[in-house]
Amino acid sequence: MMAFFEDIVIGEERRLGEHAFSREAIVAFARQYDPQRFHIDEEAAKDSIFEGLCASGWHVAAAAMRCIVDARSRALAERQALGEALPPLGVSPGVENLRWPNPTRPGDIVTYYNRVVSKRETKRPQWGLVFLHTWGVNQHGREAIAMDNRAFIGRRGDITAPL
Amino acid sequence: MLYFEDFPVGEVIVFGDKLVSAEQIVAFATEWDPQPFHVDAEAAKASQIGELIASGWHTGAMLMRMMCDAYLLDSASEGSPGIEEMRWQKPVRPGDRLTVRRTTLSARASRSRPAIGIVGLQFDVNNQHGETALLLKTSAFLRRRPEIAP
Repeated sequence: MMAFFEDIVIGEERRLGEHAFSREAIVAFARQYDPQRFHIDEEAAKDSIFEGLCASGWHVAAAAMRCIVDARSRALAERQALGEALPPLGVSPGVENLRWPNPTRPGDIVTYYNRVVSKRETKRPQWGLVFLHTWGVNQHGREAIAMDNRAFIGRRGDITAPL
Repeated sequence: MLYFEDFPVGEVIVFGDKLVSAEQIVAFATEWDPQPFHVDAEAAKASQIGELIASGWHTGAMLMRMMCDAYLLDSASEGSPGIEEMRWQKPVRPGDRLTVRRTTLSARASRSRPAIGIVGLQFDVNNQHGETALLLKTSAFLRRRPEIAP
């Protein structure tokens, strides 16, 4: 994912990083974006199907994105140190099959991974599209989140990366 | 209080009015998606889109908040198992005004939890130009309306 489009290997798997979910962070995120009772109120959460406080799914997804960006930044720095060119950063057109198989609880640490599923060229010669499966597993080995996502990645060609 | 029975298939409602600022875009992205085109208007000029745009996850989180404020906090919501599809069709820029159109696609009882129903919903997050910036299809768990004693 960090390389140019041409360098990306189908099936390649990568550990992106981990994120700790404190009670305070769960409640703070939810107060701002998803203030449902089971994300902000320990007592009220006991009566929900979650049977206790859990993080907003958007919080668990946002942390995945943060780990993706941090992993990419580390890889770019490594390439820079070798004096190699940097691939342009693209955007993502979307995500499919996003699931939260298990709730993320206060104190949980989720480790995120992704795997290259496929890739294809686009109409624009400077960009390729990469299809990934991205998932997060908590400290008990239970899956907290999984999704199929896509991203535009710069092609090597003979272009000069803008960054 | 809205229950499962209050989401008839085919129903369309419109809600939300969210004015998006550059400060909000940068604040969310600094914490969760610190790519140059989400956190730095100057650096964004060299990017694929060419200007500062909101993280797609920020747009999703803003949709979630609009849902909460419009009806979800006064509902028997029991969360969501996931999102089938999320398409970031148009960039969200500073100064954009977002509204939401919700369509109920399906409704069925839960097999494993008799007290719960599962509603399939589509959300179109539209900007002030009538363009759909985010299209999202998801399922929601809602408790069924309790029997009313005679």
